[in-house]
Amino acid sequence: MKIKNFLFIAYVLLANPIQASDSQAKLLGVYKNLRCLVCQGQSIADSNSDFAATIKLVVQDQFNEGKTEAEVYNFLTSKYGEWIVYQPIFNKNNFLLWALPYTALIFGGFVIFFVVRKTKHKKVN
Amino acid sequence: MKTSILKIIIFIFVIFSLIVFWQGLKKNNNYDTKRLIGTRISNFKLIGINSDNQYITEEDFKENKFTLVNFFASWCTPCRTEHKYLLNLSNKKINLIGINFKDKKKNANNFLKELGDPYNFVGKDTDGKISILFGVYGIPESILVDSDLTVIKKIIGPIDQIQYDEIVKLIQ
Repeated sequence: MKIKNFLFIAYVLLANPIQASDSQAKLLGVYKNLRCLVCQGQSIADSNSDFAATIKLVVQDQFNEGKTEAEVYNFLTSKYGEWIVYQPIFNKNNFLLWALPYTALIFGGFVIFFVVRKTKHKKVN
Repeated sequence: MKTSILKIIIFIFVIFSLIVFWQGLKKNNNYDTKRLIGTRISNFKLIGINSDNQYITEEDFKENKFTLVNFFASWCTPCRTEHKYLLNLSNKKINLIGINFKDKKKNANNFLKELGDPYNFVGKDTDGKISILFGVYGIPESILVDSDLTVIKKIIGPIDQIQYDEIVKLIQ
């Protein structure tokens, strides 16, 4: 029984800081992806400006209300436009931007395939 | 045959890249909250500056054809320059709501006492959260909304004669 109590107390003491640090890390991730609109090239995470402080409060509130990361970004982009997020949200206007790296990867694969095949054929001949 | 396939692939890829860059160049990346025009403001409760029991919600906005929401603070110098235009607007058919942004109650009241109170209601935004709902990123900023709380005009910075004339024209 004593061992059970000990394990329970140990779990409570150890688990809460882990959970807290997880949520802190999640918040920090969101702050890093948000642009400080009144600063020069700083994210909300990096900035100590009034605007950044307010955005941090709003993001915290929205997470406390149970909103997801996507919902937080949607809310902020509805107020400040897509410029506020560093990572552009996938939509019809920027699908080319998202598709380009994958296309380049596939294209690169084709190029390597053809070059290797050509070299092999040359060696055989 | 293989070389021609490769050439076609390279050609397609170059065209694709050009389209991507062309699309990117067309996009306006200059930050401007004027894009809020046409959107609706919702879900807010504005607490009065002098009493927590006094408040307005979006329902109160619906009673007026036009409402100008003005974010101000006693520590904001440009707010002083635009104040005369707000006083002039208070004589027009428009509901004027002042939101005191990150300010001390005493300083805000002194500000209004010194320059005059043009507002129908003065709310407080002590931590700035209300300003985010209105897409504000610096003060002074003013947002003209209709009875449906749809943003008609957004003025970033102090109201000047040109902005004043535009507001008067819009509310007529």
